[in-house]
Amino acid sequence: MTKKTIIEKIWEKHTVVSEPGKPSLLYIDLHMVHEVTSPQAFEGLRLKGRKVRRPDLTFATMDHNVPTLDRYVIKDEIAKKQMDTLSDNCQQFGVRVADLNSPDSGIVHVIGPELGLTQPGKTIVCGDSHTSTHGAFGALAFGIGTSEVEHVLSTQTLWQSKPKTLQVHVKGDLPLGVTAKDIILAIIAKFGVNFGTGSIIEFTGEAIRNMTMEERMTVCNMSIEAGAKAGLISPDETTFEYLKGRQYVPQGEEFEKAVEQWRELATDEGAEYDRTVEIEASEIEPQVTWGTNPSQGIGVNGVVPNPADYNNAADKIAIEQALNYMGLTPSTPITNVEVQHVFIGSCTNSRMSDLRAAAQVAKGRKVAPGVRAMVVPGSQKIKLQAEAEGLDQVFLDAGFEWRESGCSMCLSMNPDFVPEGERCASTSNRNFEGRQGKGARTHLVSPAMAAAAAVAGKFVDVRTFTEATVK
Amino acid sequence: MAGIVVHKGNVAAMNRVNVDTDQIIPKQFLKRIERTGFGQFLFFDWRFHSDGSDNEKFELNQPHNQNASILVANQNFGCGSSREHAPWALQDYGFQVIIAPNFADIFYNNCVKNGILAIQLPEEKVNELLVKADEAVYELTVDLSQQILFDDNGFKAEFTIDPYWKEMLLNGWDEVSLTLNYEEDISNYEKQRAL
Repeated sequence: MTKKTIIEKIWEKHTVVSEPGKPSLLYIDLHMVHEVTSPQAFEGLRLKGRKVRRPDLTFATMDHNVPTLDRYVIKDEIAKKQMDTLSDNCQQFGVRVADLNSPDSGIVHVIGPELGLTQPGKTIVCGDSHTSTHGAFGALAFGIGTSEVEHVLSTQTLWQSKPKTLQVHVKGDLPLGVTAKDIILAIIAKFGVNFGTGSIIEFTGEAIRNMTMEERMTVCNMSIEAGAKAGLISPDETTFEYLKGRQYVPQGEEFEKAVEQWRELATDEGAEYDRTVEIEASEIEPQVTWGTNPSQGIGVNGVVPNPADYNNAADKIAIEQALNYMGLTPSTPITNVEVQHVFIGSCTNSRMSDLRAAAQVAKGRKVAPGVRAMVVPGSQKIKLQAEAEGLDQVFLDAGFEWRESGCSMCLSMNPDFVPEGERCASTSNRNFEGRQGKGARTHLVSPAMAAAAAVAGKFVDVRTFTEATVK
Repeated sequence: MAGIVVHKGNVAAMNRVNVDTDQIIPKQFLKRIERTGFGQFLFFDWRFHSDGSDNEKFELNQPHNQNASILVANQNFGCGSSREHAPWALQDYGFQVIIAPNFADIFYNNCVKNGILAIQLPEEKVNELLVKADEAVYELTVDLSQQILFDDNGFKAEFTIDPYWKEMLLNGWDEVSLTLNYEEDISNYEKQRAL
């Protein structure tokens, strides 16, 4: 029997039509929808008199525009209209929606797994590039544009050319105080922002196997920042344990049957990938990005690069431009860089373990003067759970703001933003120019590193900052 | 959607790597519920100063790039967010062809679905074009049916494109209508998996 990767297994199982010289027609098992990239798709259906083929495989929520201070006070008329439009569209087309009133609401890539909608072996799409998050469960999950959203709504399928398979093997185990976020940032720093273009990544290795589901989600979430179509991890006992008992997962005997099938999905021993890269986990330090794309990052004990050290003209210019935007002097130790804002949240790092890691650092300490720090849970369920554990009080006592769930300052489509020229330690996924506000300077870090930066007022190595380990 | 067979137009050069869709269309303009009217916001933070005046240093504001309909850019164009507002903005501004050494996957798909021809060329050919279009008006002809592009002074390059996407672009087909022809296959698939 041919040995196959999980990618090939899922691909083959979902191929509806395969004709020579054409992409494959893939069936989509789950379509997540949000307010920003769907209105034009629903409008397309209306104009052509079409319906949603499988409302039962479609699930909508609101996250990008939602205010996190008081979600019912939406001052931005256009944002409000976009959310109202989603409600109207879902009602008209019979799609389930976790709206602002729903206890299930939250960031789309947080609630999919939380509700158990995300399951191994599924094909999952959403009009959002961070759909790769769901790959943590051994699903083939990728972001699509609005035309494709319309296509999936109408047909429950997509034409897709088969991407190449790319194994990213994380050898060894993580040192104490180094997190999943640091691994994925280090991978992107090492291999670049487009090493995954045209490929689906499977993350393998001991460090990945030892991760919790929440950690795996952080890793897969940023696959798109490596340019990959998707990133996934073969499911195992950790996956099944996480899913057991969740709302949309089969229950009882049916669950055991599902697990048997899910077990078959894992990449066969000896299966070949088109390409493999490796990274040594034990060599990874807590990461901080210094530039304007996620590959421009260094270990916390490193220095900001100096363009003079680079021979290639293109590299020199890219570094100069990034340092200029970021307002950084070449060769500055990153631990000398002060921050004015700290954001803990986003589909990358807003789950319980992220909040616990940040709270562990914040506990009994105070946010430095002049720093505004906020914690934004990924879903309303996480918010309630964190409050039940008293984490909100830990944060509030330390001087952090405690908010309601939403995308918040990850992309600042809502009232949360960083003012021009100011600097933010952020647990989100993109440090692009203007991402957190026009002229805002974003440094990507893990939740523990962000909390430590809030207390110190600058970047510090969380491992020496606190004796408490992050794991 | 109208098809593209041959397109002749002026070229604007943007010699930048990793241009992300947050730059192409910043997030504050994603709240509209229409597909139209995004061109005015294209490259907003690069194109305009904070006071709203034109940033004259920005490529698209330079006199020789006015009326350009072909954009030549560098590595990994369109990376980041999946927002289709990016190709909508480029198209609404007037671009029908985009040339780069490579594109981010989602952006590339989004272009095709909107009838924008995204052409991947070898880096040395892109560099040639970036130089030619750098300071003066430069005109290029793109022939999709022949898969070539050329100017009047001897520059010529061939490009490859997936035959399926080529057919879609040439004819300006609505992909959903095409897929609905496979309704029976989709229904059978659903039955077979008991979905």
